[in-house]
Amino acid sequence: MPILSYLKALGRALGDELAADERVCVFGEDIRVGVANVTNGLLKRFGPDRVVDMPISEQAFTSFATGAALAGRRPVLEFQIPSLLFLVFEQIANQAHKFPLMTGGQAAVPVTYLVPSSGSRTGWAGQHSDHPYSLFAHVGVKTVVPATPTDAYGLFRAAIQDDDPVVVFAPAAAMGVREDVDYATLVPVPLGVARVHRPGTDVTVVAVGHLVQTALSVAEELADEISVEVFDPRTLYPFDWTGLAASLDRTGRLVVIDDSNRSCGIGAEVLATAAEQMRLVAPPKRVTRPDGAVLPFALALDQALQPSRDQLLTAVRAVAKGG
Amino acid sequence: MPDAVALYRTIRLIRRFEERAIELVRSGDIVGGVHPYLGQEAIATGVCAALRPDDVITSTHRGHGHVLAKGADPARMMAELAGRVTGLNRGRGGSMHAADFSLGILGANAIVGAAGAIACGAAWAGMLAGSDRVAVTFFGDGAVNQGVLLEAMNLAALRRLPVLFVCENNGYATTMPTAGAVAGTITGRAAAFGIPASTVDGMDVSVVLDAAREAVERARAGAGPTMLECLTYRFDAHHTFEHRVRLRYRDDADVAAGRSRDPMQIQGARLDPDERTRIDVAVETVLDEAVRFALASDHPDPAGALDHLYASGLRARPGVA
Ligand SMILES: Cc1ncc(C[n+]2csc(CCOP(=O)(O)OP(=O)(O)O)c2C)c(N)n1
Ligand SMILES: [Mg+2]
Repeated sequence: MPILSYLKALGRALGDELAADERVCVFGEDIRVGVANVTNGLLKRFGPDRVVDMPISEQAFTSFATGAALAGRRPVLEFQIPSLLFLVFEQIANQAHKFPLMTGGQAAVPVTYLVPSSGSRTGWAGQHSDHPYSLFAHVGVKTVVPATPTDAYGLFRAAIQDDDPVVVFAPAAAMGVREDVDYATLVPVPLGVARVHRPGTDVTVVAVGHLVQTALSVAEELADEISVEVFDPRTLYPFDWTGLAASLDRTGRLVVIDDSNRSCGIGAEVLATAAEQMRLVAPPKRVTRPDGAVLPFALALDQALQPSRDQLLTAVRAVAKGG
Repeated sequence: MPDAVALYRTIRLIRRFEERAIELVRSGDIVGGVHPYLGQEAIATGVCAALRPDDVITSTHRGHGHVLAKGADPARMMAELAGRVTGLNRGRGGSMHAADFSLGILGANAIVGAAGAIACGAAWAGMLAGSDRVAVTFFGDGAVNQGVLLEAMNLAALRRLPVLFVCENNGYATTMPTAGAVAGTITGRAAAFGIPASTVDGMDVSVVLDAAREAVERARAGAGPTMLECLTYRFDAHHTFEHRVRLRYRDDADVAAGRSRDPMQIQGARLDPDERTRIDVAVETVLDEAVRFALASDHPDPAGALDHLYASGLRARPGVA
């Protein structure tokens, strides 16, 4: 079977959507040349009216996309670095997101915001290493963080097909993930549906994005000791609460590993909702970045602030014993 | 005021610093790569030569030249790029955030266009404190399409701030040619706010120095901001990742034409050849020591990864309870 990389999956999804729906168009910086390696070849296939290179004017082109969407297009925006989402937060959270309600249902804003290489990129320091997906879940913008090539393909396509704004985070640490796939089986993956990568009976580990691979490796290491269920929400907003409740009905124990800052991160929301509404037989735990984390440049410091495999292992053991 | 020799020395220092840094990227000692300043050395050199030690600058992702020209210690700068505790930022900032506040270097900045407004605020504070110090903000041609930079120009003109806006027009923003991104002109943006602006040869340090001196004097005298657009060419990659992945956006002929005027050769030709050789040797000694110092320095202790997060000393909760 052919091997599909996460990065190639994103490019393929975009090409397939551009081919399937002529309303779809792409805006971004250096997308003609394909610096982020997602849009390579698309200009040739679809022309400069569909693949539009933009000046370094993110605020303008983000709301430009909103305007184009209000007028019938389905733009996809590529951002070169995750912190650019801070720059365009007003355009997404305060403009695009609010149009449907504020117009009494007259408007839809089907725009997709793609961040290829979110989170730490090893050595890119304070202003290039953020992972602000929880911020979008907080304001209620649809937010997806695919963990595998198949899901990257399927969720990205579903995001483009969705009638609301959707932010797609493609973690830098997941970009190298490869999978054997039969291309014919690649299909859109509905937003809001989680995926259990590994069933288990003792502890549910909710893992976001690239941390799914970390959770799978911890589950494997603990296999003789603790039966770990690896639960990948895939979409952080809307979250698959039904799926999580079903998992906790089986295990009753919960650990979340999430590359957000701890305070108000998606991990906090998962723990809170589980505590309110689901079956827990032991106090849950989360493994996150520290509060207010700014990733320092030096590699060992950068890594020290990211949720780690060792921390997850310790947390799973502690929760398995607790209660 | 610096003489021809001092100007050449700074250009040479930046040129060779960058070449040594690229070697350390290749050897893996510098993680994350760098945006080389090669080809643009005359701009930082000429502008900073017009400044006093207490003047302040803000810089960009392509900032090594500015930081060195304003007087940063090459050894501590190299140590910063290598992420060591002895670095200018104690290994916390790296290439894109190098800063030395004791020298008025308010930091490189990784967000295009972001630093101009910071320079304006610093200029305003200096002015209110009764000082005649000047703030310089360096930015690329790509930054002139960022709203915040235009907003900063408006503020600077409105308040007659002692600011010098230095645009380094190297023809490209990553792969985007200036002509494909900039409607109107770069100096026209300044003119729209009533800010005097001129376009100068950024390859000739004496031209840059003359223009910068005039603008700095204006600012010091309370006559407000100036913009200088310095025409230059980026000799090397946008970022060292381009050494591994070839991006197709400028062909060999374009690169050869762009490199045909070299700021180091232009200034070097004005020196006595023996003197030039002496400087080259002295710069090499400084850089040998800088590399030795950087690589001999300690890596920071991961236990201190959250140090300096808050100026107040607040300790953040770790990521696991
Ligand atoms: C606001 C913002 N958008 C995009 C980027 C990614 N990026 C880094 S450098 C760069 C090009 C900058 O071009 P220019 O201002 O001309 O400076 P040069 O690299 O040519 O020195 C881009 C797009 C960024 N750092 N900040
Ligand atoms: Mg440029």
